[in-house]
Amino acid sequence: MAVLQVQNIEKHFGKVQVLQDISFDLEEGQTLAIIGSSGSGKTTLLRCLNFLETPDGGKISVHGETLFDAGDPATQREKEVRKKRLHFGMVFQSFNLFPQYTALKNVMLARELLAKNSPDYKSRKKEITAEIETQARQLLQQMGLAERADHYPHQLSGGQQQRVAIARALAMKPDIMCFDEPTSALDPELTGEVLKVIRSLAEQKTTMIIVTHEMAFARDVADQVIFMDNGVIVEQGNAKDVIENPKEERTRRFLSRYANS
Amino acid sequence: MFWNVTNAMLEGMATTIELFGLTLLFSLPLGLVIAFGSMSKWAPLRFLSQVSWVPSRLKGLAGVRPIKLIVDLIVWIIRGTPLMLQLMIIYFGPGLILDNNIWGSGNSGRFIATVAAFVLNYSCYFSVIYRGGIEGVPIGQREAGQVLGMTKSQIFFKVTLLQMIKRIVPPMSNEIITLVKDTSLARIIAVSELIKVGESFMKSDGLIWPLFYTGVYYLIFVGILTLLFGYVERKLSYFR
Repeated sequence: MAVLQVQNIEKHFGKVQVLQDISFDLEEGQTLAIIGSSGSGKTTLLRCLNFLETPDGGKISVHGETLFDAGDPATQREKEVRKKRLHFGMVFQSFNLFPQYTALKNVMLARELLAKNSPDYKSRKKEITAEIETQARQLLQQMGLAERADHYPHQLSGGQQQRVAIARALAMKPDIMCFDEPTSALDPELTGEVLKVIRSLAEQKTTMIIVTHEMAFARDVADQVIFMDNGVIVEQGNAKDVIENPKEERTRRFLSRYANS
Repeated sequence: MFWNVTNAMLEGMATTIELFGLTLLFSLPLGLVIAFGSMSKWAPLRFLSQVSWVPSRLKGLAGVRPIKLIVDLIVWIIRGTPLMLQLMIIYFGPGLILDNNIWGSGNSGRFIATVAAFVLNYSCYFSVIYRGGIEGVPIGQREAGQVLGMTKSQIFFKVTLLQMIKRIVPPMSNEIITLVKDTSLARIIAVSELIKVGESFMKSDGLIWPLFYTGVYYLIFVGILTLLFGYVERKLSYFR
């Protein structure tokens, strides 16, 4: 059974329809790349999955549990939405690290705050914090940033910041990692180091959705590709097939712009 | 003579510092409450835009945000009129309108009324500074907190607050330094703060130097505050 089921998602901003009848499934351990030109609704779709936007219609289920149903207000209560968000990890285009904390603290903060709710937190505070720190250091090491743990975000390069942001999202152990154009704010050299990390996550069978403009990367790393245009899914399928042999005219036109670059 | 003046001035200075301190103590938190009020998105009539039987002329009411409206009105009135006028109305108003001087008699009554007026006035100015600080924190910071499952208050206290404080230190230092000197307005209802003391020597002994001397007190006070704000700014310069 699919980890993630998205059914008939609709989203309007005022009178503009941004997402129209978006449906797809994602299997455990698979990587889905969403491609399409700016304004096609890719980012909005990702924001809907993370409950940063509320869809006007449709259903979102994870592991068969309905997280969001536009027809059922009970699924939209603030308190529950907060817990449901933890099924998804989100990496932003602009990193959004917390500037006042070190890389390590950035990775630890949300876990620590969450741990405060557990009943044995008071008696095991030291132990729990140590556990969280060990895990955070491991993640930073995995990102190749073990030596940067005590640096503040402004002391890190863009690529390093984005890798801290990836570690921060992974620390919450989400079912599905979402990346919103993770390399669009980076120069080519730094793009490479971030893509390398994402590629290694794919090799470890992390379930991921990546909104990206890196076509070669999408082709090589993703299992599935969705091409969106004007808020609808134009074409979806096996990554190699869609990118190398698109069936739809609109997909071909979009991809031809990348062929020459 | 010099020691006489100095003694009297130290007493005036004590009143000034007390007024300054109490104003900050109450208006700093109250300003934050007012700031949240002015950012309130609560619109109880929002449902009007969804219901079909409501005449379209009334649909404009759907966007009305009553808390924001009231708070903005109060801030406009307080920032739009002189503190001296507010001080007189707050002190004399209850006695003249209600026939009931709620502030109590004598010096302590006058002082309490002064604190009330200053707190009201300054919390409105502070609220605007706070709002600028809060809105100046990039929306991505709040969103990053949200996707990590933090509650609204965790996001405010653990993510936004320190970034906001860093942003508001320069405008706050301006406003607080202005407050030091605005305390002199209290003399309009005969609170014996620093300048009133200095002036009394001019009137009784025909001396001008006590007035210059009061200036020295203000300069020292503001000098200390400037050093303090510089220290806070340096303390917060470890992040950007």
